Amino acid sequence: MNPHRKIGDVILQAEAISLSFGGVKALSNISLEVREHEILSIIGPNGAGKSSMLNVINGVYHPQQGHVVYRGKTRERMRPHEAARQGIARTFQNIALFKGMSVLDNIMTGRNLKMRANFIQQALYWGRAQREEIAQRAYVEKIIDFLEIQHIRKTPVGRLPYGLQKRVELARALAAEPSMLLLDEPMAGMNVEEKQDMCRFILDVNDEFGTTIVLIEHDMGVVMDISDRIVVLDYGKKIGDGSPDEIRVNPDVIAAYLGGSH
Amino acid sequence: MAKLESIRPALVQESVADTFPKLLQAHARERSARPAMREKDLGIWQTWDWDEVATEVRALALGLSAKGFKRGDRLAVIGDNRPRLYMAIMAAQCMGGIPVPLYQDAAAEEMVFVLGDAEVSMAVVEDQEQVDKLLEIRDRLPALQAMVYDDPRGMRHYQHDGVYDMAEILGAGRIHHDEHPLFFQSMVDMGRGSDPAIMLYTSGTTGHPKGVLHTYDSMIITARNAANLEGLTEHEEVLAYLPMAWVGDNLFSYAQSLVTGFCVSCPESSDTVMTDMREIGPTYYFAPPRVYENLLTQVMIRMEDAGRFKYWLFHYFMNHARRVGTDILEGKPVGFWDRLGYKLGEYLVYGPVKNVLGFTRLKLAYTAGEAIGPELFDFYRAIGVNIKQLYGQTEAYVMVCVHPNDKVKPDTVGVPVPGVEVKIADNGEVLFRGPGTFHSYWQRPDATNETRNAEGWVLSGDAGYFDEDGQLKIIDRAKDVGRLTNGSLFAPKYLENKLKFFQHIKEVVAFGDGQDYTTAFINIDLTAVGNWAEKRGLPYTGYTDLAGQAPVYELIRECIEKMNADLARDPKLHGSQIRRFLILHKELDADDGELTRTRKVRRKFIAERYAPLIDALYDGSQVCSIDTVVKFEDGRSGQLRATLQIRDAKTYPAIVTEAA
Repeated sequence: MNPHRKIGDVILQAEAISLSFGGVKALSNISLEVREHEILSIIGPNGAGKSSMLNVINGVYHPQQGHVVYRGKTRERMRPHEAARQGIARTFQNIALFKGMSVLDNIMTGRNLKMRANFIQQALYWGRAQREEIAQRAYVEKIIDFLEIQHIRKTPVGRLPYGLQKRVELARALAAEPSMLLLDEPMAGMNVEEKQDMCRFILDVNDEFGTTIVLIEHDMGVVMDISDRIVVLDYGKKIGDGSPDEIRVNPDVIAAYLGGSH
Repeated sequence: MAKLESIRPALVQESVADTFPKLLQAHARERSARPAMREKDLGIWQTWDWDEVATEVRALALGLSAKGFKRGDRLAVIGDNRPRLYMAIMAAQCMGGIPVPLYQDAAAEEMVFVLGDAEVSMAVVEDQEQVDKLLEIRDRLPALQAMVYDDPRGMRHYQHDGVYDMAEILGAGRIHHDEHPLFFQSMVDMGRGSDPAIMLYTSGTTGHPKGVLHTYDSMIITARNAANLEGLTEHEEVLAYLPMAWVGDNLFSYAQSLVTGFCVSCPESSDTVMTDMREIGPTYYFAPPRVYENLLTQVMIRMEDAGRFKYWLFHYFMNHARRVGTDILEGKPVGFWDRLGYKLGEYLVYGPVKNVLGFTRLKLAYTAGEAIGPELFDFYRAIGVNIKQLYGQTEAYVMVCVHPNDKVKPDTVGVPVPGVEVKIADNGEVLFRGPGTFHSYWQRPDATNETRNAEGWVLSGDAGYFDEDGQLKIIDRAKDVGRLTNGSLFAPKYLENKLKFFQHIKEVVAFGDGQDYTTAFINIDLTAVGNWAEKRGLPYTGYTDLAGQAPVYELIRECIEKMNADLARDPKLHGSQIRRFLILHKELDADDGELTRTRKVRRKFIAERYAPLIDALYDGSQVCSIDTVVKFEDGRSGQLRATLQIRDAKTYPAIVTEAA
């Protein structure tokens, strides 16, 4: 792990979160903290509530009990676009890009929040709209360079292989200049080489922009390698929280993964 | 030698700039505002004019000098084609040092030998990847004092001694120039045409690579002769995308640019070359045969998927072009209606195809390194691309032979270029001498004397002969040419190339020296055979699976039998028709040491590694098992076990008599 990177204060606290869908308890009484500049992984078997947790942080789901404190402010009911405005960006387990649009245009949509020109100006591509687009495009080009996707700049996303689509999705999330990035299984379905590339990009993003990263991942090798801290969920409960070394020897975690008794 | 003498004095009078640094300064004076280099950065082409290049090179040279780079020192240059790396070559030459470009995709272990052998004292590299490699092997390179990286990305936390950001070196150089304004010019003026200018390592097909040392004279005269021959001017556009360590790139993207003053553009990344080609529209282009092959395959595959009308239109005009296109290109008389039809085809088919390939402005396209298929020549020349074969060697600073514009024969490499003499030794080996002949092998006088005899003739190591038009035909490496037990000539590469012209075959290794008959290993072309299999509804999971399927064996057998039938007509080689073959379960790969970095087959290595397969080819068995260790791109290795089928192919009686 990189010794130069400083892990800062807690920026997000989820306190005693419980979430249920009808009779299904997705999360029960979960508390966790995210610290500035860290890479936090949420792991757990299928159905453990990982994606639900991410959706709570993101404001997609509203917990029945408990609340989320983000940068000192308790969040009441918040919608995803407000989360985005506060600097939280995410990618999805199932890629959610505009398939018919080019890579460049997809990433440009990530800059949406930075645009100030009004509808008429945008429609006529005039005045402020034009100046803004040039500035935004310059930023997007930096991300394209950063993620090494120059060769597919103008390719429609639908024609790209899965691994590259994932990278484009990351690019779009980065375009919003987030201070916190939520990644839902960024490496699912990738081969070893693509996974290595993705790991490198995640570490680079964290290092270069100081972005706090919360990710869900199944590949234990990857998780143990890149995380500063790991939270383990099982059946909606938190069963572990600590550094990779601590998690590796945590008896509850071992039981959950190797199928001990519940 | 008479030819040579008549050229030398003329060149000296033409220009007093006898080194590249002096040429650079001349360009900065004479065409200061013309573009010298371009690079695409953040999606936009950035241009350096000659004046800017000269200023930047000066800063870099002085910066390196401030860190201890001295006259005669060697500077390693490692990375993709980047303007700053070309400038590093110029900078080293300004200081009287010798630049040593290395293959950027070589693993750290492979670099140890070259860096140690050249006793490199400094390295200018592209990025973090290359710095990491150098740091890994640094303790084995006592001479290496400093490394300078161009791209600072990911380098922020590196605190190793002797690792510098190029911006820092450039800054130091500028300060140095302010303090000692005369120093730089005095170093440039000290350079002489007879000084060593560059060291290029041979690919090392046999044994360790050797450093080939060239002087400014040999490079500048060769570059100028070739530019005059082909009529190159300062208005050419060139895309530099081939490895900088390769002699060809050094001639086409460096020496010729400095001799004529044309602009060199560097692609955004190695993956964007196709797009960048279209945007730049080069007028002068070099590519190894496989690039032309890939482009043609892509065009053909896309046409297969086109609608019926477009498909018909394409083939109708392509047939017309094949009939008259080459004659029109070579300026031969062609009837009015044929010309009109060709003109129409240019609008409807040839123009758009050339545009897609980025060939619209192309005046001259070279290829070299391997033989090139007749259908490739037919296709490109028919649509008006002047593609020509070039025969060259690192030891000759590339240029030995080239096709004349009006007589391009697919199976020859053309006629000797002005100033170069070529003759065939008694054993069939091709010898050459001329102005571009290398100075020496670095610290290997023994090897130098072995390769170049007392009269200055260089042994090319290739076997060949002149055909009835006086064009040179290369059949194989001289040492690889062997004989079957019945005495007939066996030239493996000749067979391999013939087979590789079939679109379904990617790589071939032929065996037969000292044996009763000829056999071969085949690598299928995954794109072409994959497409073929899809059309037939043949399911497959990957290369290994596809390669083992019976219909694929049938397909390859047909190719081999076609070649055998063709070979039966060859007066010298009809005895080496391939009788048995197998399809390898993995693609031959440079990472496994089976190919060189320039994708040449390492015959001896393969013969040792796959010895059980070769035995099986000759003991009549129908299947054979093999265990191989493969290296993945991430550096790990794994075991690959496979059982391979062996098949027979039909051979044909010789059609001509031995007397020919």
